[in-house]
Amino acid sequence: MSADHAQQHPISLYFKVWGLLFLLSFFSYMVDYLQLQGPLRWTLVLIFMLLKAGLILSVFMHVKWERLALQLLLFVPLFAIVVFIALMAVEGDYTHALRLLYFSQQ
Amino acid sequence: MSGQVDNSAEAKGWHSVVNDWAADQRTFRVSWGKLMMWIFLLGDTFIFSIFLISYMTVRLSATDAWPNASQVFELVVFGHTVPLFLIAIMTFILITSSGTMAMAVSCAYRKQKKLAVYLMLATAVLGASFVGMQAFEWSKLIADGVRPWANPMGAAQFGAAFFMITGFHGLHVSAGVIYLLVVARKLSRGDYDQRGYEIVEISGLYWHFVDLVWVFIFAFFYLW
Repeated sequence: MSADHAQQHPISLYFKVWGLLFLLSFFSYMVDYLQLQGPLRWTLVLIFMLLKAGLILSVFMHVKWERLALQLLLFVPLFAIVVFIALMAVEGDYTHALRLLYFSQQ
Repeated sequence: MSGQVDNSAEAKGWHSVVNDWAADQRTFRVSWGKLMMWIFLLGDTFIFSIFLISYMTVRLSATDAWPNASQVFELVVFGHTVPLFLIAIMTFILITSSGTMAMAVSCAYRKQKKLAVYLMLATAVLGASFVGMQAFEWSKLIADGVRPWANPMGAAQFGAAFFMITGFHGLHVSAGVIYLLVVARKLSRGDYDQRGYEIVEISGLYWHFVDLVWVFIFAFFYLW
């Protein structure tokens, strides 16, 4: 079974990933502690977030060692979420504009 | 290749997908228990995504200023005001619990049952302390006057988004702690000695997912 095969990793691998996750969390905390603002803040937050998520998924959850059929089952549906985010971002901006137009106090 | 069709399990890339989905064959070469956990987690991904997307929508459309999470969640520690102090500790605790869980899975597959049980118990203890800190955070915010319908710091939608998202995540952590304790007890009792210890990996998947969701909540709710 591929599952048994996937478990034959040295414990040191988990310690390394653990250390990396600690470091990345520390970095993302520093983004707030140093009060970085604007596009720099958002970019750094997103980069650290994606790196952490990737490490947890690929190593801790062993997705890296699963077959492509299972990987596709997990990642193809996420496309719907990306579309949903785009739609609701547009919708949110539109609602905001309407509120400013019709509900702002003179 | 040279025109030969590779039907074996060793096929790579798209070839392996076509082979796996072909007739007279089971598609996923993992046990049904693990596959069902993955499908459940995929559904859970959509639930949490919908929460975070609705949070994004109300935050974008709010005309009042959104409360500054850095200030809302700051704590005074030894006379110093530290932003997001408890949230940072909670993040480190959850990552540590993910680490101990990964090692429990590894130990279970090496047939080191006792060590796997202890590591699972350590994971459950860390998870319970996370829930405890979250309860503290909630009480502090409620004492500060944050309600699902209003708060003194700014946009009214802040409270609803906060209680909904962190509450649902906290519920997942609490359920995970119970799940881990049950599996650890059955494991130490010897219930899985005949069937093998894959259940440790399956419960591990759930636990790592809870940690994964927190990564997104931390980024979008606390740091944005």
